[in-house]
Order: sequence, then C-alpha cells, then structure tokens
Amino acid sequence: MNTSALVVMLATMFLVTGLMIYFFIRVINTPPKPEPDSYLDNDDEPERQVRP
Amino acid sequence: MSANKESWGSRVGLILAMAGNAVGLGNFLRFPVQAVQNGGGAFIIPYLVCFLVMGIPLLWIEWSMGRFGGKFGHHSTPFIVDTMHKNRLWKYIGVFGIWTNIAVASYYCYLESWTLSYVFHSIGGTFAGLDQDGVAAFFNEYVSLGKSTLGIPFEPIVFFVICLLLNTWILSQGLAKGVERVAKIGMPMLIVFGAFLAYKGFTVTAGENGAINDSAVGLNFLWTPNYDQLWSPTVWLAAAGQIFFTLSVGMGTVHCYASYVRSKDDIALNAMSAGWMNEFVEVVLGSSILIPISIGYLGIDRVTELVQLGGLGLGFKTLPYLFFQWGDTIGAVAGFMWFGLLFFAGITSSLAMGTPWIGFLQDEFNWRRKSAAWSFGLIVLILGMPTVLFFKYGVFDEYDYWAGTVSLVVFALFETILFAWVFGMNKGWREINSGADIKVPGIYRFIIKFITPLLLLWVFIGSLVTPKGGDWGAALSGNWVLDNSSIIKKLMNADLKEKLAAATDPAVIQQLQDTLFFVNASRVLLVTVFLSIALLVYIAYKKRVREGRI
Repeated sequence: MNTSALVVMLATMFLVTGLMIYFFIRVINTPPKPEPDSYLDNDDEPERQVRP
Repeated sequence: MSANKESWGSRVGLILAMAGNAVGLGNFLRFPVQAVQNGGGAFIIPYLVCFLVMGIPLLWIEWSMGRFGGKFGHHSTPFIVDTMHKNRLWKYIGVFGIWTNIAVASYYCYLESWTLSYVFHSIGGTFAGLDQDGVAAFFNEYVSLGKSTLGIPFEPIVFFVICLLLNTWILSQGLAKGVERVAKIGMPMLIVFGAFLAYKGFTVTAGENGAINDSAVGLNFLWTPNYDQLWSPTVWLAAAGQIFFTLSVGMGTVHCYASYVRSKDDIALNAMSAGWMNEFVEVVLGSSILIPISIGYLGIDRVTELVQLGGLGLGFKTLPYLFFQWGDTIGAVAGFMWFGLLFFAGITSSLAMGTPWIGFLQDEFNWRRKSAAWSFGLIVLILGMPTVLFFKYGVFDEYDYWAGTVSLVVFALFETILFAWVFGMNKGWREINSGADIKVPGIYRFIIKFITPLLLLWVFIGSLVTPKGGDWGAALSGNWVLDNSSIIKKLMNADLKEKLAAATDPAVIQQLQDTLFFVNASRVLLVTVFLSIALLVYIAYKKRVREGRI
C-alpha cells in the first residue's frame, strides 16, 4: 500500500476501534443505578433490592 | 391505561439492539461505494466530521426525546413529540416516525429475504459452477420471479414471507425476549463473520486462486486520499447522507427503543457506545470486504464500472462468484458468512422498524403485543408485495427514495428544531445529561442548537435543488440547472420522461410507460399510508381527550 493510504486507513481504524472499545468498557464497568432501574435481568439480585 | 409494560433485559442488550438497529446492509454495501465515489480516503474526513457534528447530536437528541416521552407512557414518535410542546400539530410531524418504518420495512424485508435465500444457495453450492455472468443472471432471474434452482415456485415470495414471519414472531415475543435476544446473538455473529471476511479481504494475493491483484491495490483504491475532493459540497453531502443512513436517525426507532429507559438511567454513554459500535462495523469491517476482494479479482476498471451501479450489484451479483475462486468449501463458507452477516445486519434493523407501530397500538388502543406484532407483519406484507411483484418497474427504488432517504432528512430536521428551539436547549441539555454516566462536552450545547440544524437544512436544500452533475460552482455563479437526482426533478419524473422522449423501440417505450405508472402508483400508496396513520393519530388523540388523559 502507498504510505498516505496506509496512514489514513490505520489512523481511522485504530481511532474507531479504540473509541468503540473505550465506550463499551465504560458501559460494562459503570455500576448500575439502584432499583427500580430500566433493566429486568438484575431485578432479582438480592443486593440490589430497595431496602424498606 | 396503556397495555405496554415492556422493559429491556440488560444495558448491554439495549446497546446491542440499538447498534443492531443502526447496523444494516448499507454498512457493508453502501459505505465502501460512497467512499470510492467521493474521494477515497479523503471521504473519511467529512464522514467523521459529519458523525461528530450531526450523527452524535442526533443520537443524543433522539435518545433523550425517547426517554422523555417514555416518562409519560409514550413509545412512538407522534405522542413523544406531542409531550414536548403544547402545539397539537407536532404529533402529525411525529407520524413520520411510524410511516417511515412501515414503508422502509416493506422493501427492506424483501432485501433481507434475498440474504436469507442466498445463505441457502451458498451452502447448497448454487454458485459453485457458475461464471460471473451466470451469478449475475441468477440474481436478475431471481428478482424477476424467474425459475429457481431450489425448485420452490415463486421462491422470492416464499423467502419474503418466511422473513416476515420470522420478524413478526420475534417481535411478538417482546423487547427483552425477542428483539434483545436476537441482537445478543446476531451482533457478535455479525462481527465474527465480518472479521473472517475482512481477513480474507486483507490477504488476497495476486496469482493465487485467480486473483489478479493483491489486496493492497483495492485498499489503496479505497483509502488513498484525494484532498481536492474535500472542497466539493457533493462529497460533504454524500458524507452527511451516509451518516444518516448508517445511524438510522430520523426514523423514530431510536426514540422508541429509548422510551423504555427510565429517566434516572443513562442515555449519553449508551448512545456513544451504540454509535461507535456501528462506526466500527461500517468503517473497519465494511471497508475491508467488498472493495478489496472485488478489485483483487476483477481489477480497478471493472470495479469502478460496477460501483456506478451501487453496492447491491457487487454484493449479490459479483461476490458469490468471487468467493468460489477460493474453492468449493471455502467459497460456500464465505458465502454463508457474507450473506449471514448481511442477514443479521438486516434483521436487527427490521425488528427495530416494527417497534414504533407496536408501541403506538399498545399505548393508544390497548392492543396486546402479539396482535400488534402480527398487524405489523400483515401491513408490511401488503405494502411490500408491490416491491416484490413490480421490482423491475422501480417500486422498490421508489419506496427507498421517499421513505428511506427524503423522509429521514425531513423528520430529523423537524425533530432537531423541536428539540433545540421549541422544547428549548436548557431543558434539552438537562434531558441529555440526566443520569449520564459520561460528561457530555459543553460544546455540544452549541453544536446541537446551531450547527446540527444548519447542517440538516443544508442537506435538505442540497437534495431538493441538487445542481446538474453536482456542479455547485456553476450553480452558485448563476447557472443553476437542476440535476435529475434532485427531489424536485425526481418528483417531476424528469429522468423517466427524458428516457421516454428519447426512446424509439416500442418495447422500451412500453416498459418506460409501465415504470412511470408504477412509480406514480407507489407514491399514491405511500401517501395513503401516511394519511391513514395520521388519521389513526387523530383518533388516538380524540380518545385521549375523551378519557381525560390530555
């Protein structure tokens, strides 16, 4: 490949892949909000129940 | 009370569903073609700029509008936008958010059914013994409802109905158990299939398996920057247009998905995560398959010629032949993966198109999810059949142009004005930041208020009065002749009429006259559907008034 094409391609691909991974990791690592939240799957987890 | 008590199963599931909504066939078929036609590597600069100043703002606008409407129990755009201002006419603008989805689903499910059919044909070895003309002829015969090698009479109709039944059944299972589950399976599969094909795209070697070029030739063709093109408004319009199609903004699907998010939960980070996931699929995977493989086997001149006909031709008429240059087994596997990834890209989008209509019926007329889903399937079947039966008369393209292109820009323009200027940027900014898990850069307050609406207005006007040959220089210097691709000329059927005037062969004249008839009939049908939905919105509004809900 010629240098300019290689630079544009690699810069774009690394930027886009990096940002995709960064934001997805942030989603995974962010603790969920207390119940009741928008998602069903964690509703039965004992530690997430609203205390009276 | 609304019968709608749906919820998402998990945050990751919501993001995958939203990314699946955005990722469509255009990521693999349209983006590389647009890039090649608009300056190669230099296209990426306007493309990313448009993503930053138009795509991301629109994602935040739509996510926050949806979540805001969901707070009041609305899950479709007519009543989501109705909650944002006291003027009752806004809900009729919101009709676009249901109409677009029904109209687009009608032809998109047909396209999706091709991919499903081609999966079977790839595994079955239909393309193994065919040369390139044979594969192209197979496609032409397929869409003209010709004889099929699977021995199924009216095969395209059968696959279309199967595809619709599948979509409808999944939709009837609900958000978490249907749509989200498919996204959780489909998106990872799509990425795995795409990664395999991208690897093959990067490793094409001249002289091996009949390849005439290394993959580097194709990648150079796609990525070598042509900075002169950066000053062309046509390139910027193409980049802005691509951002629209790729993100599925201006459709009403993002609003609908986001309306099931509670107000304390994040939307800002979710929107970024889903948006960049779509960009990854488009820019990284989408650019590494179609063009490098095609150029590797066919050469630049032939691909440049094929690119003028769009990505569909390359994807369906050329790639199946090229895959079998790798041998029967790898060819079948590659064909299965290519059409499989297109199928997953398609179905995760078509499912999203069903949810606004279902949400509307559940909210306004207390329909159960299953009945609402089946009604969607039936409407899409009725509205989609003309695209199947009269494909060669341009019905498919007509739906795509008005519902899948013009309507998106119009609705996005209206919703941005509503959000930034009518609802107000102060309230809008609060909505975007409510529960946010990231800090939204303050500059976006300015961008959403000024840059995004102006850019959208420019895209709309640029499409309305596109100058001949995209020559903006001549147009701005006073010689503004409209191109046949402009909305105005399109509305006047200028291109068809010119062809009709120039035709001398009676068979061609008959074909053009039939096309003209079907094009106009499609428009009448689409307008009728729009007005019918508007009437339903009016009835729903009156019902709300009677019940004291307004």
